[in-house]
Amino acid sequence: MIQAIDGILARIGRSTMAMFESIGRLVIFASLTVSHIVRPPFYYHAFLQQLINIGFYSLPVVGLTALFTGGALALQIYSGGARFSAEAIVPSIVAIGITRELGPVLGGLMVAGRVSTSIAAELGTMRVTEQIDALTTLSTNPMKYLVTPRVLAATIMLPVLVFIGDTIGIMGGYLVGTNRLDFNSATYLKNTWDILEFGDVSSGLIKAAVFGFIIALIGCYSGYHSGRGAQGVGAATKTAVVTASVLIFAANYILTDLLF
Amino acid sequence: MIKITDLHKAFGSNVVLNGVDLHIKKASSMVIIGGSGTGKSVLLKCILGLIAPDSGTIIVNGVDTKSGDREAFLDQFGMLFQGGALFDSLPVWQNVAFRLLQGKHRLSKADAHDIAIEKLRRVGLKSNIAELFPAELSGGMQKRVGLARAIAAEPQIIFFDEPTTGLDPIMSGVINELVREIVEEMGATAMTITHDMSSVRAIADNVAMIHNGVVQWTGPIGKMDDSGDPYLDQFINARAEGPIEAVR
Repeated sequence: MIQAIDGILARIGRSTMAMFESIGRLVIFASLTVSHIVRPPFYYHAFLQQLINIGFYSLPVVGLTALFTGGALALQIYSGGARFSAEAIVPSIVAIGITRELGPVLGGLMVAGRVSTSIAAELGTMRVTEQIDALTTLSTNPMKYLVTPRVLAATIMLPVLVFIGDTIGIMGGYLVGTNRLDFNSATYLKNTWDILEFGDVSSGLIKAAVFGFIIALIGCYSGYHSGRGAQGVGAATKTAVVTASVLIFAANYILTDLLF
Repeated sequence: MIKITDLHKAFGSNVVLNGVDLHIKKASSMVIIGGSGTGKSVLLKCILGLIAPDSGTIIVNGVDTKSGDREAFLDQFGMLFQGGALFDSLPVWQNVAFRLLQGKHRLSKADAHDIAIEKLRRVGLKSNIAELFPAELSGGMQKRVGLARAIAAEPQIIFFDEPTTGLDPIMSGVINELVREIVEEMGATAMTITHDMSSVRAIADNVAMIHNGVVQWTGPIGKMDDSGDPYLDQFINARAEGPIEAVR
C-alpha cells in the first residue's frame, strides 16, 4: 500500500519536474529569440519573406473567418436583443464584440492553425534532415536565421491581419444587418462609428500582437526541438497547434482582465 | 591540427564516448570507422560544438574549442552531411554560396554566384542546375552539391559524414575520388566517418576504429590489414564471428 502511494507520488513529482523543465526551456528560448531582435546580424530577406508568408498568405483565412463571424454575430444579437426590444444594439455589439474579442481570438486561432503548424513542420523537417546543424557549421546562428524573423514577423503581422479582419467582420455584420434584418444602411454605419472607441480597437490589436508572438514562438520551439523521423515532426506539429491555441485562450483572459 | 583528449559523452545511462583520444595531423585524411551506434557521429558533432561533451578537451589549431570566437572557429570548417542537408527553400547556387553570402566577409551576390558555379563544376555538375532546387536533384547530385558547399569557402578542415551512404557503387566511387582529389588539392585536413570499406581505402591516410566508446585501433591505412587487432580484423573483413557482438 505504502509502495503504491510512493509510486504515485513519484510519478506526480516527475511529471511536475518535467513540466517546470519544459516551461524553463521555453522561457530561455523566448528570451534568446527576443535578445536576437536587437543584436546584429539581421536577416532582412528572411524577415521580409516571413512577413509575406505569415501576413499576406493568412489574409484569406482571417478575412473569411471575420466575414462569417460578423454575419452570424449580427443574427445572434438581433435574436437576443429582440427579447428586450433592443434590436437597435446590433451594430454596436457587433463592432465591440468583433474588435475587442472575436477578431483577435478567432484571427489568432486561425493563424495558429495555419502558421504555427507550418513553422513547426518546416523547422522539424530541417532538424530531422540536419539542415539546422548545417546552418551552424556554416557559421550562421539558427535562432537568428530561422526563429527571430518568424517571431518578429508574426508579432507585427497579426495586428495588421486582425485590423483588416475587424473591418471585414463589421462589414459582415453590416451586410446581414442591412440585407437580412432590414437595418437602414446609414443608421447602421453611424451607430457602429459612434460606439467605437480607440480603446476597443487598440486593446484588440495589443492582444493580436501577443497572440502573434505566441503562435510563432510555439511553432518555432516545437519544430526546433522536434523528435526524430516523420513521427517526431508530426508530434511537433500537433504540439504546436494545441499549445498555441491553449496559450491564446489563457493570454486572452489575462489581457482582457488587464485592459478591462 | 585536431587533438582530442579523454573525451566523454553519455546520453542518460547510455555511455557513447568513454575516453576518446585522437590526433589528426594537419593536411592528413583521417577516416573513423566503427559499427552503427558506436559514437562516430557524436564525436564529429562534439568537435563542431553541435553537442557538448561531458568532459575532455578538443584542441583545434592550438585553440580549445570551448574558448574563443565561435564564428571564427566554425569558419575553419566545411562539412558534407550524410543526407546532404541542403536547404530546401534555396536554389542550388545559393546553397553552395551560403557561407559566402553571410557574415563579416560576405561577398556580393554576383561574386558568390561565380564561385558557386566554379565549385559546382569542380564536383562535376553543370551550371544549368544552379537555379534548380535541391528536391529536383538525384541523390548523387545532392551529395555533389553538398560537397561543393563544403568546399565553397575553402576551409582548412573538412568533415565528411558517411559520404557514400545511399549511393550506387559507381556513384560511391566517383564521390570517393572527388573527396580524395579535393582534399589533396586544397591541402585540407579531412575527417571522414564511414563504414564503407571502399571509401576507407580510397580516402584515408590514417584510420581510427571506435568501439565501446574508445579508439580501439588507430594507424596508417597501410597497416590496417595487418594490424593484428581482432576487433579491426572482424570489422574490415565483415565477419559475423569475432569479439564484436553482432545482434541478430
